[in-house]
Amino acid sequence: MASGLPDLAGDEDSLRRFLIGLPPVDPVGLEARAATLATRSIKKQSKLAAIDLAISMVDLTTLEGADSPGKVANLCRKALVPDPGVPQTPLPAAVCIYPDMAAVAVESLAGSAVRVASVATAFPAGRSSMEVKLADTRLAVSAGVDEIDMVIDRGAFLSGQWGLVFDQIQQIKQACGEARLKVILETGELATYDNIRRASWLALAAGGDFIKTSTGKVSPAATLPVIHLMLQAVKDFRALTGEQRGVKPAGGIRSTKDAIRHLVAVGEVAGPDWLDPHWFRFGASSLLNDLIMQRRTQTEGGYWGADYVSID
Amino acid sequence: MARTPVRKTYKLYLGGAFPRSESGRTYAVTDASGAFMANAACASRKDLRDAVVAAGKARVGWAGATPYNRGQVLYRIAEMVEARRAEFIDLIKRESGAGAREAGAETDQVVDRLVHYAGWTDKLASVMGHANAVSGPYFCYSAPEPTGVVGVLAPESLLGLVSCVAPVLAGGNTCVVVTPQACSTITFAEALATSDVPGGVVNLLTGDLAELSPHLAAHRDVNALDLTGADPELRTELGRSAAETVKRVYIPRHEPDFTAAPGMARLRAFLEVKTVWHPTGAVSLAGNGGY
Repeated sequence: MASGLPDLAGDEDSLRRFLIGLPPVDPVGLEARAATLATRSIKKQSKLAAIDLAISMVDLTTLEGADSPGKVANLCRKALVPDPGVPQTPLPAAVCIYPDMAAVAVESLAGSAVRVASVATAFPAGRSSMEVKLADTRLAVSAGVDEIDMVIDRGAFLSGQWGLVFDQIQQIKQACGEARLKVILETGELATYDNIRRASWLALAAGGDFIKTSTGKVSPAATLPVIHLMLQAVKDFRALTGEQRGVKPAGGIRSTKDAIRHLVAVGEVAGPDWLDPHWFRFGASSLLNDLIMQRRTQTEGGYWGADYVSID
Repeated sequence: MARTPVRKTYKLYLGGAFPRSESGRTYAVTDASGAFMANAACASRKDLRDAVVAAGKARVGWAGATPYNRGQVLYRIAEMVEARRAEFIDLIKRESGAGAREAGAETDQVVDRLVHYAGWTDKLASVMGHANAVSGPYFCYSAPEPTGVVGVLAPESLLGLVSCVAPVLAGGNTCVVVTPQACSTITFAEALATSDVPGGVVNLLTGDLAELSPHLAAHRDVNALDLTGADPELRTELGRSAAETVKRVYIPRHEPDFTAAPGMARLRAFLEVKTVWHPTGAVSLAGNGGY
């Protein structure tokens, strides 16, 4: 493990000491700060730049039981041509799908800059044996995905088995090979801000390349105070170890306004280094259309309408 | 001891709620003699945008309600206005300087107009729809469907406003109404809010027509415009802007006399005719035409 961070692997006591030793969160101060930053007004050229950046950070997602190869291929076409009327619209970062659809997405997006991310490890509940979770991950990796979105075992985390969660993340990380690993904390189930801070550090220390808020199946999903905490964690993690890691809010971000509020938080809390699709993503589906509509409003004037963008 | 007067501030009616303007702006409403009446919210461009979003969300539910149900809701508005008759008469007297008799007559006409359109809702399909005789083995029929979100620039009188809004609702459309006349309009909104009109079906914005209307005309989620309340110069400009997004635009042919019988033009203006062709039994394998 890199400098500054004690060696936590295989030693549950030092892991426990480290996570309990993290400074407690001041919820009132955290929420007030998040609310203040959310009021910042971004206009004109800055807004257009923010919209373009946000589009390039979208992980275009479909995680439904009703997903079919046709639907996934359609979503991939949408990712390749987000706005047919304006070819210079930036492309989203990735398409995010279930592991059994990974091959379809990889084939549809071959040769493009759009990456393929697959959820794995018995998403969204994560309630299965480690063998099944590893097999799930290998299924996606063997299809050739660039990124894996795993869920942590919240039951184990909440009952204090932090070493188990740490160990599972490490095993999945190993199974990922070259693929980047996003660790979904499902913050809506973690009950307290202190738990979210601990889970963030646990995931980072265990080797997650990204920490991600939610599966999108649990409410509340991504909220601004939670994103603030996670951004603080990656910033402090870099200060401690020198390694930069990413953050991905997912679920509930539907409007351009929400997306820009998140970007303000990224710039203010983590720093401008994270204002890059390599380090920050939005897990979303309907957000892309709203960004495209707002982009048109900015460049062409007049409020844009949902009848004028493609349905995904 | 003198009782402290309870002053009323007139707010916007947006998505079924009564919010202040997002901009925080207000304007003073004066009566016919120029004396102060009340402060009213002055809607901004963003309030208009929010109103269109609210109208868009309410669209499917209102268009999907049975015509019978829409008629009941319109009749309920009439009941609510009738119940507040004294309040409306007082406001019309102050706003227009009319006498008690004229103001009473206008209020009665408002109620009658609502009842008139309440009766229309379940007759539109049979009056405006047809079974079409076609030269082929098809059963072909046409039926009217609502246009969608209608932007209404309302004339100043309450009777004018109701005469514009009621036919839009009767056809199953939702609307965003812009009007400079705050007091009677927002009091009418209070009648709407207690009439089972789903939130967002009618949105009433008080403010400057010239400031708000260009944004309404250019908005791509607005499907039609009623320009009754705009002056001729503004009508031309807005019509041109609306053409960009192929909106339906309704401009009355003559200056409307709202006291006269309303006719069908306003109903027809915000309905689309859908024609459906069904193959009939004539093409069946039996080949005997069936009937």
